[in-house]
Amino acid sequence: MTYEAVIGLEIHAQLQTATKIFCGCSTAFGAPPNANVCPVCLGFPGVLPVLNRAAVDLAIKASLALGCRVNETSVFARKNYFYPDLPKGYQISQYEQPIASAGLVEFAGPDGPRRVQITRVHMEEDAGKSLHEGFADSDRKTYLDYNRAGTPLVEIVTEPDLRSASDAAAFFEHLRSMLVWLGVNDGNMEEGSLRCDANVSVRPVGTTTLGTKAEVKNLNSFRFLQKALEYEIERQIDVLHEGGRVKQETRLFDSATGHTVSMRSKEEAHDYRYFPDPDLPALIVGAARVDAVRASMPELPDARRRRFVAQYGLPDYDAAQLTQTRAMSEFFEAAVAAGAGPKAASNWMMGEMARLLKDGGKDINGSPVTPAQLAGLVALIDKGTISGAIAKGVFETMMATGRDADAIVAAEGLTQIDDEGQILGIIADVIAKNPDAVATYRSGKTATFGFLVGQAMKAAAGKANPKRVNELLKRALETA
Amino acid sequence: MNPFATLREVRDAVQHGTRSAVEVCTEALARIEAHNPQLNAFNTVTRDEALAQARAVDARADRRSLPLAGVPVAVKDNLCTRGIRTTASSRILERFVPPYDATVVARLQAAGAVVVGKANCDEFAMGSSNENSAFGPARNPWATDRIPGGSSGGSAVAVAAGMSPLALGSDTGGSIRQPAALCGLVGLKPTYGRVSRYGLLAFASSLDQVGPFTRTVEDAAIALSVLAGHDPADATSAPEPVADYVAALGRSATGLRIGVPRTLVHQGVDEEVARAFDEALEVYVRAGATLVDIELPSASAAIPVYYLVATAEASSNLARYDGVRYGFRAKAEGGPGAQDDLRTMYGRTRDEGFGAEVKRRIMLGTYVLSAGYYDAYYLKAQQVRTLIRRDYEHAFESVDVVAMPTSPTPAFRIGERVADPLQMYLADIFTVSANLAGLPAISIPCGFTSGSLPIGLQLTGRVFDESTLLAAAHAYERETSWTSRVPVLSNS
Repeated sequence: MTYEAVIGLEIHAQLQTATKIFCGCSTAFGAPPNANVCPVCLGFPGVLPVLNRAAVDLAIKASLALGCRVNETSVFARKNYFYPDLPKGYQISQYEQPIASAGLVEFAGPDGPRRVQITRVHMEEDAGKSLHEGFADSDRKTYLDYNRAGTPLVEIVTEPDLRSASDAAAFFEHLRSMLVWLGVNDGNMEEGSLRCDANVSVRPVGTTTLGTKAEVKNLNSFRFLQKALEYEIERQIDVLHEGGRVKQETRLFDSATGHTVSMRSKEEAHDYRYFPDPDLPALIVGAARVDAVRASMPELPDARRRRFVAQYGLPDYDAAQLTQTRAMSEFFEAAVAAGAGPKAASNWMMGEMARLLKDGGKDINGSPVTPAQLAGLVALIDKGTISGAIAKGVFETMMATGRDADAIVAAEGLTQIDDEGQILGIIADVIAKNPDAVATYRSGKTATFGFLVGQAMKAAAGKANPKRVNELLKRALETA
Repeated sequence: MNPFATLREVRDAVQHGTRSAVEVCTEALARIEAHNPQLNAFNTVTRDEALAQARAVDARADRRSLPLAGVPVAVKDNLCTRGIRTTASSRILERFVPPYDATVVARLQAAGAVVVGKANCDEFAMGSSNENSAFGPARNPWATDRIPGGSSGGSAVAVAAGMSPLALGSDTGGSIRQPAALCGLVGLKPTYGRVSRYGLLAFASSLDQVGPFTRTVEDAAIALSVLAGHDPADATSAPEPVADYVAALGRSATGLRIGVPRTLVHQGVDEEVARAFDEALEVYVRAGATLVDIELPSASAAIPVYYLVATAEASSNLARYDGVRYGFRAKAEGGPGAQDDLRTMYGRTRDEGFGAEVKRRIMLGTYVLSAGYYDAYYLKAQQVRTLIRRDYEHAFESVDVVAMPTSPTPAFRIGERVADPLQMYLADIFTVSANLAGLPAISIPCGFTSGSLPIGLQLTGRVFDESTLLAAAHAYERETSWTSRVPVLSNS
């Protein structure tokens, strides 16, 4: 029997606010332990939560981008459980009435376009961090850092619409780039700003009922998600092949072994005793607020990609590459606005620029070359002031120094040689110095032409107009 | 100065400079020192801080305009006071010192009040007798072998015994009104949301409300004017404008319509209490008010609804007392160096840190919220709560206030009901519905038993209409002289 996987994801994304969801503490990452805390986020006796409006607006933004309906009334609830990193003994979350429901996301899977329905988006606070390792007395003690406690999150829950580990990873990647694009999330998975759990089951191909699922936790990179799902799908299929039954349980992915291991069974699952949090009134989000958030949203990547094709005549591939991040697409448009031809700007950005940024460990935001400077370089090529070959070197200098292209060209005397007399002089010299190659060419074996062009360009230190060199060399060889 | 002077008298004397805040404070502290050993009204007396605050009040340029200039105040020990331990009368917080002031405490101090101490109460405000205190029961100044009521028992005792003219309490199901009734005081529970809960150690968040104990209705109006108002730190506090409660006093009872839920008020009520209640209604009628028979059909379910909602919320609110960050942590068995695992630490800390009644309510509330029971208990209770609220809304279409006894009985003897928590719960019958409906309610003295125990009359008003409620209470107070009676204390 052939099986197919059925996968749904639960993604926790930290909302990029300056302060926490229910108090005024900073959300900055990397502060010394317990530096960003106050009585509210430490759950001191008598404190009360006050909802951060900026977090709500970001949650609305994410919900709209996911095609969700933003619910006019949503309700914060308490999820009750004991753990030392949970200061109040409950997490404030949304349960029966989330901020948004019923969305749809289309994305490019490795094997074609895919659609995933979004069940819900709900807001909640993060817990603190238990530090079990790294201290002299870690064998006996656990330390607690509450800096993260009260950080605003959205949990995005999908329907079980994914059918392969690679689709799931592609969806997660798509979601990440969208959230980062919107400024909702910083996309930093190492710092835990974006985390993913997966619900996975398998069933015989052709059937429609769902198999028993396992929840796999700790999938905090695209690669881990894919590896964990591949392992888990195979494990469940093996269980069924051997006549066994998949157990409903929570499993943890161990990135060292690439395996998932059982964490707790359904019977051991917590009863969270959810109930509406009496400290927080229902959250009312009116149509006007939703409209205001929608109006403040940047053009989304898919729309921008399509527009790049239509407006600039770019190939689909270029448009897709340039809309990988919002910053890239904005750099591109700025360069075009500064006068660069769209295809030329695209080529430079995807080629040399991407390579040099990568080598320098930078992204587009850290580029030493501005869009206007790139446009300046393209203009020099268009005017014929420098050749494409010379331009590469000039661009490298620009990336290294941040100087303008024309300044570099002037300072280094890189202006292209177009003068016919000057080029003919160089050609005469090349013909004189390479009698063998010349004779071979004239005997009909024209393959040596390239060699001779190369010699001429070399003699001109690369500055000669290559088109003119071609023409004049051919004429010299064939007319003599 | 007469230790039983009203808040108004003390305030006026300090404003006019005939008394200094330090003099008033020194006398209050002396009175506390003399009687607290017997009455156990205070868990902590804040002598040094109080004198420093009094000196600061005397030095303030705006002293003449301070609404509570130099007024000593006892603060229930479930309200946070910065730098002063706040225990909720629980072992689990025996040494807990808050890093911040509750909003109400900050408001009182800004208005010139001087905090003289933290008042005893039932542990985490759970109880009606003040017997559930880790620091022992407070005693009723009218009969020291009797309970002062609860949970804000110590606050009531402080005012009744002339230790301070003002005390703060909290009222979740009657915890201000019932002790006020049992100690012969005015006790006001404002509309839910009228007074900030920030800094109040939560018992049941949707029911809790802070309010004053005073000797007179006018004092209650002065205190409420200071306490009331929106607090950005409490999302459930109301933006409704605050009325001039003092200016609202003095209205005649003529035309006042008083609703009386007859079927409710004669169930299981002590004979002397019932007589005092009927006489109080006659006083109103003579003063020009009309009585209207009303029905509150859902109110009979108020006690079960209250104990479902309150315990459910409490079970969650008290989860933070886990020994991890602050407060008491149980010592591991096995001597120095021994260490419990996490679950054992949690279990032992909460077992040793909480008293029996608190544990009983945590267990009840945990059960109420459990999967499979939530709909039958918590959800159903919330639905009935809506019905109770509607009953009152309906009643207020034809009446201005609703009158009931505050407590079915006068103060009982310490220890008398300890073995029967259910009987204790049932005595909350007249007070809990105001909390469930979020309505303002006041208890005022309306007589004494043959054994000289105070009896209270409760009036309930419309949401955010404390003005009418206080005016109605004041109209009765003007016709009677109960507030002038004071208890005789043995060594005063």
